Amino acid sequence: MCALTPAARKKRKRWLNETNVFIMAAIVPCVLFYLTFSGFPMIFALYLSVQNWSLIDIPRFVGLGNYTKVLTDDPVFYMGLRNTAVFAVGTVFIGGILSLCTAMLINNMKKAAGVFRTIYFLPVVTSMVAASVVWRWLYQGQFGLFNQVLTLMGMNKIPWLDSPKWALPSVMAMSIWKGLGFTAVLFMAGLQGIPATFYDAAQIDGASRWKTFIHITIPLLQPTIVFVLITGFINAFQAFTEMYILTRGGPMYSTTTIVMHLYERAFEYFQMGYASAVAFILFAIIICLTAIQLRLTRVGWEY
Amino acid sequence: MSDSTIKYRAKEKLLRFLNWFILLVGAVVMIVPFYWMVTTSFKYPSEVITYPPIWIPTRITLANYQKIFYQMNFLRYFLNSAYISVTVTAIAIITSAYVGYVFAKFNFWGKNVIFLAILSTMMVPFPVTMIPMYLFMVRIGWVGSHKALIIPGLYSTFGIFMMRQFMHSIPNELREAAKIDGCGEFRIFWTIIMPLTKSGLAALTIFTFMWNWDNFLWPLIVLNTDNMFTLPVGLAMFANQYWTDYALVLAGSTVTVAPVLLVFFLMQKRFIEGITLSGLKA
Repeated sequence: MCALTPAARKKRKRWLNETNVFIMAAIVPCVLFYLTFSGFPMIFALYLSVQNWSLIDIPRFVGLGNYTKVLTDDPVFYMGLRNTAVFAVGTVFIGGILSLCTAMLINNMKKAAGVFRTIYFLPVVTSMVAASVVWRWLYQGQFGLFNQVLTLMGMNKIPWLDSPKWALPSVMAMSIWKGLGFTAVLFMAGLQGIPATFYDAAQIDGASRWKTFIHITIPLLQPTIVFVLITGFINAFQAFTEMYILTRGGPMYSTTTIVMHLYERAFEYFQMGYASAVAFILFAIIICLTAIQLRLTRVGWEY
Repeated sequence: MSDSTIKYRAKEKLLRFLNWFILLVGAVVMIVPFYWMVTTSFKYPSEVITYPPIWIPTRITLANYQKIFYQMNFLRYFLNSAYISVTVTAIAIITSAYVGYVFAKFNFWGKNVIFLAILSTMMVPFPVTMIPMYLFMVRIGWVGSHKALIIPGLYSTFGIFMMRQFMHSIPNELREAAKIDGCGEFRIFWTIIMPLTKSGLAALTIFTFMWNWDNFLWPLIVLNTDNMFTLPVGLAMFANQYWTDYALVLAGSTVTVAPVLLVFFLMQKRFIEGITLSGLKA
């Protein structure tokens, strides 16, 4: 310290002042963290996806072999893709419409709005594993609540999770129940953001409720709708936990999703390269879907 | 009163009634699974599988809870979950506020590039990085330890982004005035800035805690011994093994759900504020 010339000391002071230390103490560890836990895994995943590796032997380069195998020679992948797509479209659209209705109905309320909002939000804060366990019990073939009620009403029991026909819709119903409150809260905020003058004007013009909904509510709610659609699809395409608990992907692969397939390949068959290729294909699908949705829903108005 | 206004009023009344009715039916659908979970968990095993079902149990027992806490490992799962969630949340909200503040209020070389790079990691689906992360954990010997859950959670992209938005609204004069008074940057941040962002920090705390408490796929992959399991992983394994002991399994679910529900009831306003805030600004 003492050996420094006055000029050097001055320079050092300029660069190593407290503000710069403060900035670096925030940014340097943060950048290192992201390089370690995001950057490196991304590159490593890309490397893995062109290797054949089962953990016990040495990775062997196979070029695009994993990708072509997934796309041309893996029926379970396509079943998973189909199930995931059905699940995503079903939960996002049905869930979206139901939560928009819920949001509008709750917004009509005065004092009771808060209570209803809380009730509809309960499943959202519930752990997915616990919720799935509860629903597995509700769906249980003999003593589950749903079949008990059906029997009480004199109807036949339904093999909710035990038949390939019913399993996926049953998982979807549970998933919609779980996510409805979240989307409804987003829609409620969106609805409250629409200026009341629009509705007043519509009323003066004598527009019906339906017309007001189609021509005012929906267009002005577009940013929220786009957000709900895009995040909804991104999440639904990564569905795993519900199926893992409710059905383990069965019966007969009827509820296997892409992530479930990937999980089995990686952590039950230890095909790390193959599973990474599946992961990148999933990534590509998600990017394409997001881009398409952004394109189709481009906001064409202003207010 | 004219005929048409009477008709109009009757229609309004009917619509109001329908509004209430539909919402009530929906509310019942939302609550029934919880009701069934809690009541089943307090029933004697013989009363769980009866026809017709016992809607309102006349006698209740704590035996299911005693069993999962004393004979099964649920106490351990609970403590593991609490330890991990609290640690990660406490550290992540401080790092988020700190990094968010620096991004919002300071200029430095490469700022925008670094921020965009960090933000873009949110777009990478977890299944893509999960396999290399697992292999990385195997290599450094963290598989099976809680480090594998805590260390990768020390920074939160969502948290940094959200706190940066919050910090933008703090006037620059505040920092400048404190500097003139001779206050150092670290002290300004800790004693002036942090208290001003309380509402943002509260929302972030709830979210981070909830995500960590409910997190499943990653702990499922990296934990391999019963004593290290978190509640969701422990519950999933337990439900698989003891599936036909419904009352026990549902007692386990109740224990898993209860803490987050409690936090939600205590701080629900912050919860909903936080969602609308973070959701729509994203």
